[in-house]
Amino acid sequence: MKTSPSSNGESLGHRSASLRRRHLIAALFKALCIGFTLFAVSVLGLLIAQVGADGLPWLDTQFLNNFPSRFPEKAGIKSALYGTLWVVSLTALIALPMGVLAAIYLEDYAPASRLTRVIEINIANLAGVPSIVYGILGLAIFVRFFGLERSVLAGAMTMSLLILPVIIISSKEAIRAVPSSIRLAAYAVGATQWQVVRSHVLPAAIPGILTGVILALSRAIGETAPLIMIGALTYVAFTPEGPMDEFTALPIQIFNWASRPQAEFHELAAAGIIVLLVVLLTMNALAVFIRYKGTQK
Amino acid sequence: MNTRDDAVLEARDVTIRYGEQAAVKNVNLSIYEKKITAIIGPSGCGKSTLLRSLNRMNDFIEHVTQDGEILYRNTNLYGEGVDPVEVRLHMGMVFQRPNPFPKSIFRNVAWGPTINGLPGDINLRVERALKQAALWNEVKDRLNDSALNLSGGQQQRLCIARALAMEPEVILMDEPCSALDPVSTSRIEDLLFELKQNYTIVIVTHNMQQASRVSDYTAFMENGSLIEYGDTDQVFTRPKQKRTEDYVTGRFG
Repeated sequence: MKTSPSSNGESLGHRSASLRRRHLIAALFKALCIGFTLFAVSVLGLLIAQVGADGLPWLDTQFLNNFPSRFPEKAGIKSALYGTLWVVSLTALIALPMGVLAAIYLEDYAPASRLTRVIEINIANLAGVPSIVYGILGLAIFVRFFGLERSVLAGAMTMSLLILPVIIISSKEAIRAVPSSIRLAAYAVGATQWQVVRSHVLPAAIPGILTGVILALSRAIGETAPLIMIGALTYVAFTPEGPMDEFTALPIQIFNWASRPQAEFHELAAAGIIVLLVVLLTMNALAVFIRYKGTQK
Repeated sequence: MNTRDDAVLEARDVTIRYGEQAAVKNVNLSIYEKKITAIIGPSGCGKSTLLRSLNRMNDFIEHVTQDGEILYRNTNLYGEGVDPVEVRLHMGMVFQRPNPFPKSIFRNVAWGPTINGLPGDINLRVERALKQAALWNEVKDRLNDSALNLSGGQQQRLCIARALAMEPEVILMDEPCSALDPVSTSRIEDLLFELKQNYTIVIVTHNMQQASRVSDYTAFMENGSLIEYGDTDQVFTRPKQKRTEDYVTGRFG
């Protein structure tokens, strides 16, 4: 037990009332932190247990390989799973380079002008816009104006709009965290700005950038509203072959099943949730792996 | 002042402002070839700002404006058409805190020559630079280790090697020992005497013993103005200005 040094020459072991009270407060605070952590974790555990109990019996190769059906025992999630993988991959392809390059520009190139500040504030605001609004935007611009119809591409571009602010903000943070002393050291040996960014800023920032990108993509996987808005809530009994095909997605399929009256479909929804979680965890694992590889060098 | 020495760098009426605030005021100063020039003065006197103007590192600070010329062998570093990247090939720099790249020891030294496509065998170049920086014997068996595993003093010598690998003409040092312990400091001071054979060195320091030990010329700055500049012996033993005398005898600062 730690005690404070006594200044008046008393021996140890006579803890004052004030010190006892301070220790009590410290212990209370610790208990509070543990309590809330346990609460959050147990709620999560309960959810997963519930979903697992309902969904696991339905989870087999037939479930993964079948298309949706009116008959629960024949219904599967293939089209939704493929649709989600298509949308997320395309979203990553579009949003990742765009977001990271925008972040690099804003952090390392943009002059510290009022315009830059206005742009940065607006990006931060965009991150808080409800996803349904992006859905309306996607419907108006991609689906209608550019005539992309209800395609994977329209969905991916809408999702990209949705997660770009998050990617830009988190990438900016990661880039800003690279010490300026490293940049100056590189300039001092005759590097151009591109060489500094390429060899020092990006490698140091990539773990942070990846974390933000994965969080953003995880959000995109779970988003339903914008996809419903652009018309992905339909019966799709085929997997997309290309970016211009129609599609549906996991959360939409889950929503569809969950909103039916029969209990079997509710269990199918639980099985769908498990598939969604597995996709999510796989992506996270991939990001951890890339980070690990990145920090090895 | 010794006129037999050739001036490599000449500051002419240099004024540097941060916004409205002048940090360096009308400084005229010559840096002589293969000599060590120390710039001393109290904190905030503009000595680091002046040093950074010699390889255009002030370009990275917002709202800095500069008047006057800095001539490098009669070319104005701030003249039209001068590429700051090229300027830095001639003026190496060592910073106040050791700032190695978070990469291997070898890559730290090799990166500059590689990106600039300097000729010759890169392994030899790295070895030569590390030897000149008196670091070779300590790291020759672990060139692929991370530079961040080195001690502070070793890191600073690595940063010196990194600058030397570029074979610049001038090496600018911004209080290179202020973050180091006395043993590391004395190693770097010894190193300076070696480097003087081949390089022109400008060192900013607020350690007056260091300035008097290592330098040939000393410039004393205060509030952005160059108060006195001359042979180190003269500046420390027979200063012409009262304020210089007050400073070097430790009466203030």
